[in-house]
Amino acid sequence: MRVIAQLLLLAFACSAGSARADWQLNMPRGVTEISHAVFDLHMLIFWICVAIAVVVFGVMFWSIFHHRKSRGARAHHFHENTLVEVIWTLIPFVILIGMAVPATATLVKMYDASEAEVDIQITGYQWKWRYQYLGEDIDFFSSMSTPREEIENKQRKGRHYLLEVDNPLVIPAGKKVRFLVTAADVIHSWWVPDFAVKKDAIPGFINEAWTNVPEPGVYRGQCAELCGKDHGFMPIVVVVKPQQEYEQWLAQTRAKQLAVKAAASQSMSMEQLMTRGEEVYKTACAACHQVNGMGLANVFPALKDSPIALGDINAHIDIVLNGKSGTAMQAYRDQLSAVDLAAVITWERNAWGNNVGDKVEPATIQKMIDGGAEG
Amino acid sequence: MNTLTRNVECEHTEHGPARGLSRWFFTTNHKDIGTLYLWFSFLMFLTGGCMALMIRAELFQPGLQLIQPDFFNQMTTMHGLIMVFGAVMPAFVGLANWMLPLMVGAPDMALPRMNNWSFWILPFAFAMMISTLFMEGGGPNFGWTFYAPLSTTYAPPSVTFFIFAVHMMGISSIMGAINVIATILNMRAPGMTMMKLPLFVWTWLITAFLLIAVMPVLAGVVTMMLMDIHFGTSFFNAAGGGDPVLFQHIFWFFGHPEVYIMILPAFGIVSEIIPTFARKRLFGYASMVYATASIAFLSFIVWAHHMFTVGLPLMGEIFFMFATMLIAVPTGVKVFNWIATMFRGSMTFETPMLFSLAFVVLFTIGGFSGLMLAIAPADFQYHDTYFVVAHFHYVLVPGAVFAIMAGVYYWLPKWTGNYYNETLGKWHFWCSFIGVNLTFFPMHFIGLAGMPRRIPDYALQFADFNMVASIGAFIFGFSQLIFLVLVIKTIRGGDRAPAQVWDQPQGLEWTVPSPAPYHTFAEPPEVK
Repeated sequence: MRVIAQLLLLAFACSAGSARADWQLNMPRGVTEISHAVFDLHMLIFWICVAIAVVVFGVMFWSIFHHRKSRGARAHHFHENTLVEVIWTLIPFVILIGMAVPATATLVKMYDASEAEVDIQITGYQWKWRYQYLGEDIDFFSSMSTPREEIENKQRKGRHYLLEVDNPLVIPAGKKVRFLVTAADVIHSWWVPDFAVKKDAIPGFINEAWTNVPEPGVYRGQCAELCGKDHGFMPIVVVVKPQQEYEQWLAQTRAKQLAVKAAASQSMSMEQLMTRGEEVYKTACAACHQVNGMGLANVFPALKDSPIALGDINAHIDIVLNGKSGTAMQAYRDQLSAVDLAAVITWERNAWGNNVGDKVEPATIQKMIDGGAEG
Repeated sequence: MNTLTRNVECEHTEHGPARGLSRWFFTTNHKDIGTLYLWFSFLMFLTGGCMALMIRAELFQPGLQLIQPDFFNQMTTMHGLIMVFGAVMPAFVGLANWMLPLMVGAPDMALPRMNNWSFWILPFAFAMMISTLFMEGGGPNFGWTFYAPLSTTYAPPSVTFFIFAVHMMGISSIMGAINVIATILNMRAPGMTMMKLPLFVWTWLITAFLLIAVMPVLAGVVTMMLMDIHFGTSFFNAAGGGDPVLFQHIFWFFGHPEVYIMILPAFGIVSEIIPTFARKRLFGYASMVYATASIAFLSFIVWAHHMFTVGLPLMGEIFFMFATMLIAVPTGVKVFNWIATMFRGSMTFETPMLFSLAFVVLFTIGGFSGLMLAIAPADFQYHDTYFVVAHFHYVLVPGAVFAIMAGVYYWLPKWTGNYYNETLGKWHFWCSFIGVNLTFFPMHFIGLAGMPRRIPDYALQFADFNMVASIGAFIFGFSQLIFLVLVIKTIRGGDRAPAQVWDQPQGLEWTVPSPAPYHTFAEPPEVK
């Protein structure tokens, strides 16, 4: 009993606090018309359930209290009553219709993805998201940016622990944005609670979802479908900007992506490649092959002393660029720039005592990507 | 002639169990097999419980402290599989073995030797499945729902052993179900018409049909996985012309009836216990039977409510939403009937009744969250969060598991001939009740606040309720040891129980002495 009382107290204490505070009890109301409709639906059904619970449990506890043997209650002998039984079959049915009508209306609205002004393809990868702005020539990956040290409790956890990324998705405020959701490996699910958008990302198929966020802001979500080891570590951050700022961002990002491509033609020293390679390795490769290059026994192969890292450099480049089908090894040709690819391959060949001594230039990689040669 | 038959009968009733271990290996006696099932399921309950505690220990605080993400995923997967296939289902089969023949006035199950086999497959199936944890690459780590392609292309090598283990469990369940149906349909005592069957018998009959209908579907889906992994097919691989969503359709066509397989016998148990302790006949017997049958029928047309976010067409969403909401009607009828049974009764609150009352309240809470989940647009927010975890644990732990415990307390004096210690029983109940609610109620909150399920680490705003849930889980887990002590004490001794055990309970099982002799109803009783 005391526990329940405390929980109730707590409930009141929390409802007074801000929505994002700890001890949060309820669903966020969200920021879009759809999320408000979903929230209202959720609350409607919740209160209907509460009302039914009060009546049903009320009768039950009243009987438990009054019709107990220790209070001298004698058992009556009735054991059926057709009228009552018909009534309590019909009443729930009517209540259900009352729920179904608004639910269907909201659902129909959610399914109308027509007349979108911005189209973004979202692709789930183990364990990051890729955002491609259709018709805008913008394409980037978004990975969690929470440092390993915070997860391993070696560093104080930041405010947005596990809910922060390197490159957030940026969308314009007040515009209907359509998401085309798919996946490259296993099933993921793209979810931002404040938009009430959750759509499974299924390899080989494209799902549609949409949102229209009136107010600029930063909104956070997570992958919602178990997708392997780091399922808990692939957050989503959406930055909503006013139209003008959004356009500026588009221009800047496009320029940046061009610059990265241009950088592929420059020559890099071994030292430069190794420094950059180590960084890239930590973000792109270490989740599976581990920081020490030892992999995980029978799940993810070691790179230290591996035949690929020590063998023919072209085979090494091929597996990094094109992945290995039927395994968790992804194709990195689109995920990393030519510079990063050259750096990380060079690093893998010369780290942890591999010491092959050779290196690969960004230009070589770029040629292979542009050639489109499948290995 | 007459003397001869009598002699044979005497010999028959006097012949007791074989001695030593061979009694348990070779037994075809429904009571022995029931006992085996129940102990096995309790062992699995503790094993799966230890895994749950490992999960809750890791989730006690944000950050990774005790176990790594890959092992965490193996724990969630194995916990689910063991609890569903190893703890809850075998416990119900154990209760069925013990009680169905006693309740319908039959001398044994219809197919005793098959009965032996359907039990003895299980320890081997689970030994194989648990052994995957020690294989290179680890055990299954793709959730108990094992969605492809995470469970095919991207699975650890041990997945093949997992598939074989699931096949074995399926065979065991199908044989058990055939036995239940054959017993109920063919071996009822004279005068025991279908509409006189105790509700536990009715619910098990319907459950057995569900099992026969869906276990082959499960076998089919794991076989398709096997083909995809080893024989180059592409059932679930889009690159080869298949469809990962096909897996989910097939899995949930099995999976949704499966969740009713785990709750219908629980309805039956509670429908036996509440009338006994309210000292009043069950209200609306016929509507209870029809409601059970309706729930079973509806269970076949609601599977895609587990898949509202996979991108079903609008009409599909609407159909599965409406069909799912309909389940609330027959389920409501059941709850109203139980309460009408208590109404104007003369109630006492022994441990089986306490567990049954908790069942009614907490299962109904699980029903409410189920209704919320049925609302497709709202489900986009609930799906794959802790809200779902809270929902199905409410229907499975204080639902199915509490009903099983209620049943054990209710029939334990009949099995052992001794009353259990009521004080200890009440301790077990209250610790479990507090523990269960402390564990699972806060999960509603963190789920609504946005915490996805199956993650080993979480954002800081979920920290407080996770801590509460972990504390609750340890309270619940350790209070099961009280139950173990209580059962062992009851087997060893205690106040002697008469044939009736309780205050004028209904049913044939109370007409045989306590403890029930090794062979009962060698001569069928007459039911009026």
